[in-house]
Amino acid sequence: MIRHVWALAGVLASTAAAMALAIIVVDEETRQILTLREYNTRIVVLGTTLLGAAAGLIGTFMYLRKRAMIGDALSHATLPGIAIAFLFVGDKQIGPMLLGAAISGVIGVLAVIGLRSIPRIKEDAAIGIVLSVFFGIGLMFVKIAQQTHTGNQAGLDRFIYGTTAGMIKQDAQWIGATALIVLLGVIFLFKEFRLICFDQQFASSQGRSVLLIDLLMMAMVVLTTVVGLQAVGLILVVALLIIPAAAARFWTDDLTLMTLLAGAFGSISGFAGAIVSARFVNLPTGAVIVLAAGCVFAFSMLLAPHRGMTGTLLRRVGLSRRIGYQNVLRALCEMEEEFGEGIRVGRTSLLEMRSWTGSTLNRLIRRAVRRGDAIAGPDNRVGLTRSGRIEAQRVLRNHRLWELYLIRHADVAPSHVDRDADLVEHVLPPETIRELEHALAETTQIPPSPHAQGAVP
Amino acid sequence: MTWTLGDTYVVIIGAMSASACALLGNYLVLRKMSLMGDAISHAVLPGLVAAFLITNSRGVGAMFVGAVIVGLITAVFTQAISKFGRVEEGAAMGVVFTILFAGGLIMIRQQADHVDLDPQCVLFGNIETFYSDALIGTIPQAGVNLAVVLLLDALFVMLLYKQLKITTFDPGLATSVGIRADIMHYALMIMVALTAVASFEAVGSILVIAMLIVPAVAAHLLTDRLPVMILLSVTIACIAALAARVYNVYAPGVFGSGIQADTSAVMAVATGILLVGAIILAPERGLLSQALQRIRLALRIVQEDILGLLYRQSESRRTGSPTSEAEALLGNAVRGLVARWAVYRLRARRLVKVDHTGSGQVALALTDKGEARAARLVRSHRLWESYLAQHSDLPLDHLHMPAERVEHYISPEMVDRIREDLPEVDLDPHGREIPPPDAES
Repeated sequence: MIRHVWALAGVLASTAAAMALAIIVVDEETRQILTLREYNTRIVVLGTTLLGAAAGLIGTFMYLRKRAMIGDALSHATLPGIAIAFLFVGDKQIGPMLLGAAISGVIGVLAVIGLRSIPRIKEDAAIGIVLSVFFGIGLMFVKIAQQTHTGNQAGLDRFIYGTTAGMIKQDAQWIGATALIVLLGVIFLFKEFRLICFDQQFASSQGRSVLLIDLLMMAMVVLTTVVGLQAVGLILVVALLIIPAAAARFWTDDLTLMTLLAGAFGSISGFAGAIVSARFVNLPTGAVIVLAAGCVFAFSMLLAPHRGMTGTLLRRVGLSRRIGYQNVLRALCEMEEEFGEGIRVGRTSLLEMRSWTGSTLNRLIRRAVRRGDAIAGPDNRVGLTRSGRIEAQRVLRNHRLWELYLIRHADVAPSHVDRDADLVEHVLPPETIRELEHALAETTQIPPSPHAQGAVP
Repeated sequence: MTWTLGDTYVVIIGAMSASACALLGNYLVLRKMSLMGDAISHAVLPGLVAAFLITNSRGVGAMFVGAVIVGLITAVFTQAISKFGRVEEGAAMGVVFTILFAGGLIMIRQQADHVDLDPQCVLFGNIETFYSDALIGTIPQAGVNLAVVLLLDALFVMLLYKQLKITTFDPGLATSVGIRADIMHYALMIMVALTAVASFEAVGSILVIAMLIVPAVAAHLLTDRLPVMILLSVTIACIAALAARVYNVYAPGVFGSGIQADTSAVMAVATGILLVGAIILAPERGLLSQALQRIRLALRIVQEDILGLLYRQSESRRTGSPTSEAEALLGNAVRGLVARWAVYRLRARRLVKVDHTGSGQVALALTDKGEARAARLVRSHRLWESYLAQHSDLPLDHLHMPAERVEHYISPEMVDRIREDLPEVDLDPHGREIPPPDAES
C-alpha cells in the first residue's frame, strides 16, 4: 500500500514539477492556458483529464482480459445510435444522443459475442465485422439525418473526429459523473475484476457470476466510450482504453499499482492534449490526446525499469556477461580436474574448449584477473585463485548435477546433455540445486563428468 | 429513378474495389489477422498526407509509396511492440494504428490549406463522383488505379498461391520447406496497404475493412476448400456492390422519401446481410441446417422409441409377465403432434400397422419388418445395459437411461463387439430376454 502511494505520489509530483517548469518557461499566451484562466479552457481541460483517468482505470482490466480491441468495435458501433437519435431530436440535446450511442454500442458488443460463438468465426473477424458493418449502417442513417435536418452536420462530425471546442459545462459534468462511477466501480469490484482477469475458472468455482462481473465491466467501458466520443471521436476513443493501460503494464506486475498508473497516465494525456490543442490553432484535440498518450507509451516502453526495453536489455547484457565469466572459470576448473589443482592453462587450449573468440576470451580473463578470481602468469598462462576456484566449482557442480538429472530423469542422451546444462547452470536457484541433490542422492562433491571415459550414468 | 450508364459504372468500380479487398481478406481471416486490415486501413492516412505534402500533388505513385511505407511501419511496429514490449498483439495493433491515425488527422488539419484531402473522403469514400465522371465520358484516374491494384492482387494470390497457403495453415512446415513465413506476412501487409489506398476513393477506409473481412468470413462458412472460398468471397463482394447500387437507385423511389445513402455504406451493410444469410443458410454449418438435423434426429428418436415400446408391449403379452409401464408410456407417447407424425411415418414405411379393435379403439401393432427393426433396437438397448452392468458401477435402476440414449446411436459393429465381450449373456440385468441377432438381414 505504502509503495503504491509513493509511486503515485512520484508520478503526480513529476507532473506537477513539469507543469511548474512549463509555466515558467513558456510565453504569455501559453501561460494563460496552462493556468486555466479562461472558463472554457477550464471546462475542456477538466473534461479530458477526467476522461483519461476513467478510460485508463477501466482500460486496465480490458487490457488484461485481452479484450482491448473490443473497445474498437464498441466505439464504431455507436454511430447508428447517434445518427438515429440525431434523426429524432436533432443535435440540441446531448442526452438522447449518448443514450442512442450506448444502446447501439451494447448491441455491437453483443453482436461480437454472438458472432464469436459461431464455429468458423474467430474473435478478430467478429470485431472487424461488427466494426465495419455497424459503421456502414451508421453512415446510412447519417446521410438520411443530413438530408432531413438541413444544414447542421457538425453535430455528427464531432462524434466521429471529436472536438472539444464545443464542450460545455454539461458535457464535462457527464464525463465527471462517468469518471466517478468508474472509480467507485473499480474500487468496490476490484477483487472481482482481479479474479476474472487472472483466473476465470477459479472465480466461477467460487460461486461468483463471471457473466455479471463481465457485464458490469462492459457497462463501465460503454459509459466511458460514449462520453469520450465527443472529446476524442469514435475512431480514436479506443486508444484511451488501450494505450495508458499498455504503458502502465511496463512499470509493474502489481495490479493495484498498474490500475493507478493507467489512470494517472490517462489523465496526464488528457490534460496535455487539451492544453496543447488549446494553445495552437487547427489541432484536433482527440488526435493530440492520443499522441500524448503515445508519448507516454513510448517513454514507458523504452525506459521503464521493470518490463521496458532498456531494463530488459540491461538485465540481458548483465546475464550474458555473468554467463561468459562463469564459463571461463568453469573451463579453468575442468582443466584443473584433468591436470591437477593449480595448473596454469595457455590461452590456445582455453580457446579450444568453447566457441568463443579470442577477444572475448581475453576480455573475460582480464575481468577475472581484475576481480581476483584468476591469475595470469608472465607467459600469459592463466590459473584459478582460491576464491575463483570456489566459484568455479560451484558452477561446475551445477552443470554436472543438471546433466545427471537430464540423463536419469528426462531420458536425454549423454551426448546431448552438455548444451542443455550449459544454458541452465548459470540460472539455477539454490532451492533447485538442493532438489537436484536430493533427487540424485549426491553428496556435496562435484559429480564426475558423464562425458569422461567409462562414465556410466 | 432509372438505371443509367453511370450506375453501371459505379457498380463496376465498387465491384473492383470490393473484389480486390476480398481476395486478400481470405488470408487475413484465415490467419486470424482480420484486425491487421483494420489497423492498416486506418494507419495509411499519414502516409497519404505525407506523400501529398512532399510531392504537392495527388500523384498516384507517391500516394502508393506513402501507403506502402506506412503499412510496413504498422506491421513492423506491431510485431516489435508485441515482441520486445511483451504486449498482446491486438493491443499492440491498437496502440500503433491509433497513434498513426491521430498523426494523420493532425497533419491534415495543420495543412488544410495545402492538402486537398478531405478526411471525410478518406473515411467514407465518395463512389458517387465516378457517376458524374462517367456521364462526362472520361475514365477517372481512381478507376484505373483500382483496376491495376485488382490485377496485382489477383496475380499475388495466384502466383504465390502455394506459399500463401502453406504459410497460412502451417508456418512451421513452411519454414522447413524453405518458405519464409515472415516475408509472406509482410508481402501480404504491403498488398493490403496498396489495396486500401486504391479503394479509399471508392469505399473509404472503414468500409475497406468491411470488404476485407466480411465476404471472406461468409465464404469461409460456406466451404472448406481454399480456392472455392476465394471465388465465393469475390462473388459475394460483387453481389454486394451490385445490390448496393440497385438499392440506391430504386429503393428511395419505392419508399417515397427520395433519400439516398452513400453507395459505399450500403455496400458494407449488404455484405453484412449476406453474412447473416450465410450464417443462417450455409449447408452443414448453417444455423438452419443444424436445426433441421436436430429436428430430423429428434423425429427419428421418437419413431424408434415407439417401435421399442410396441416391441416391449407385445413381449410382455407373449411372456405373460405383468404389463409393464410400456403400455402406459405408449399411450402417452402417441399423443401430441410430433408423435402423430411419427406414427404416420412409421405406417408409411410399413413398420407399424393399425388394428381396429371391436370397441372402436385403434391399436398399433408392429408389422414383420417393424418387428425386426424393433428387435434390433431392443437388442442394442439390452446389450448396452448388460455391458454397463458388467463394466461400470452403476446401480441396476440407473442402467436404463444411458441405454435409452445409446440405442439410437450405436452401430451394428458396436453391438457385435459387445456381444463378443458378453458371449454367454442371454438376459439383460433386469431379467428380460435379449432378442437374437437380426432375422431381417
